[in-house]
Amino acid sequence: MEKDYEDIPGTFVFDADRSREGYHLNQFCISLRLQANRDRFQADEKTYLDAYPMTSDQRDAVLNRDWNRLLELGGNIYYTSKLAANDGINFQNLAGLMTGMGVEEYRKMMVEGGRPIEGNRYKSEWGEE
Amino acid sequence: MARITAGIGCSHVPAIGVAMDLGNTHEPYWQPVFKGFEKSREWQKENNPDVIFMVYNDHCTAFDASCIPTFALGCAAEFQPADEGFGPRPVPVVKNHQKMASHIAQSLILDEFDITIMNEMEVDHGLTVPLSVMYGEIPQDGEWPALVIPLCVNVVQYPAPTGNRCYNLGKAIRRAIESYDEDLNVHIYGTGGMSHQLQYKRAGLINPEWDNDFLDRLTTDPVGLSQMPHVEYLREAGSEGVEMVMWHVMRGALNDDITEVHRFYHVPASNTAVGHIIFENHA
Repeated sequence: MEKDYEDIPGTFVFDADRSREGYHLNQFCISLRLQANRDRFQADEKTYLDAYPMTSDQRDAVLNRDWNRLLELGGNIYYTSKLAANDGINFQNLAGLMTGMGVEEYRKMMVEGGRPIEGNRYKSEWGEE
Repeated sequence: MARITAGIGCSHVPAIGVAMDLGNTHEPYWQPVFKGFEKSREWQKENNPDVIFMVYNDHCTAFDASCIPTFALGCAAEFQPADEGFGPRPVPVVKNHQKMASHIAQSLILDEFDITIMNEMEVDHGLTVPLSVMYGEIPQDGEWPALVIPLCVNVVQYPAPTGNRCYNLGKAIRRAIESYDEDLNVHIYGTGGMSHQLQYKRAGLINPEWDNDFLDRLTTDPVGLSQMPHVEYLREAGSEGVEMVMWHVMRGALNDDITEVHRFYHVPASNTAVGHIIFENHA
């Protein structure tokens, strides 16, 4: 099936291919929704992760809190935000980290009206393939 | 018989709920957001419905990746606010009109909308934030002033249902509600949006021109608007802006002729453009 939505810069559309790739990663992330699981994860992250058969790249991205890498490996933002919440990071600060702008500069951009659509529609506008 | 008298479109930004729960609504950052809902709360008091039919999406809270229903109708007696990672919101439990929900489920399926029936479900900010902005702060041991029938729509894993499908589902929901033999005033909500992208390097995208055009066309061209392809939402309104398909369910359930009684648009709330609109059905 043609993916017309792939030509959007700086964006992952969470389709079935990404969902398959990220399944165990995302199931791990959502497990942190519950306090009892957050307690167990915080006590011993590596042992907790052993219950989820994700790839070693995915596992490393979790342990390193590499937020963009998690998305590149099939994670979805609504799942990875549960890992961020475990770390006390809300959606806005997580976006600050993912954009590489940092929390303060990102917040300032949002208060000033956000990222404009002009120049941000197509990958070619970002010099991407 | 039951009747739909109004439709409400409303963003459901989680940070708005947090601001209310922490008592931060008078901070300069939040003041303009809540000012936009002052008229809505007055209108809500004067027009309080018996039942709210709430079209919203779950944000990987009640539904994990193991089961992804496109349309899931809440048929449980009540719905607990969920822990989304920071602890549950301190708001009242959401109570259903269970008999009416069962009637709607049956009517929709016979009308060829094959929905999933949820007899147990927790609800996240997607459902509770619109209630909070319309009703104001209500203590956890209090009660929401209306019963709520939740319809949860998948907008997380591509593809969400098409705008056209959502619009026609709205019409089927109306047929279901109007065939329910109890004299009830019902409001229908379409929630989510407006433009926002929460993820990766384009996070923070906001498109006010697109958003306001969407709000205009709900009145002037609702059928044309419902034909918009997914890629336009994703590109123009951000990857999470595709939530806007849920507003078509609300619009489809209303009369062709409607009156816009209130509109509010503000940037930002956290990462998101806040959009809100109230329509009354012509009598």
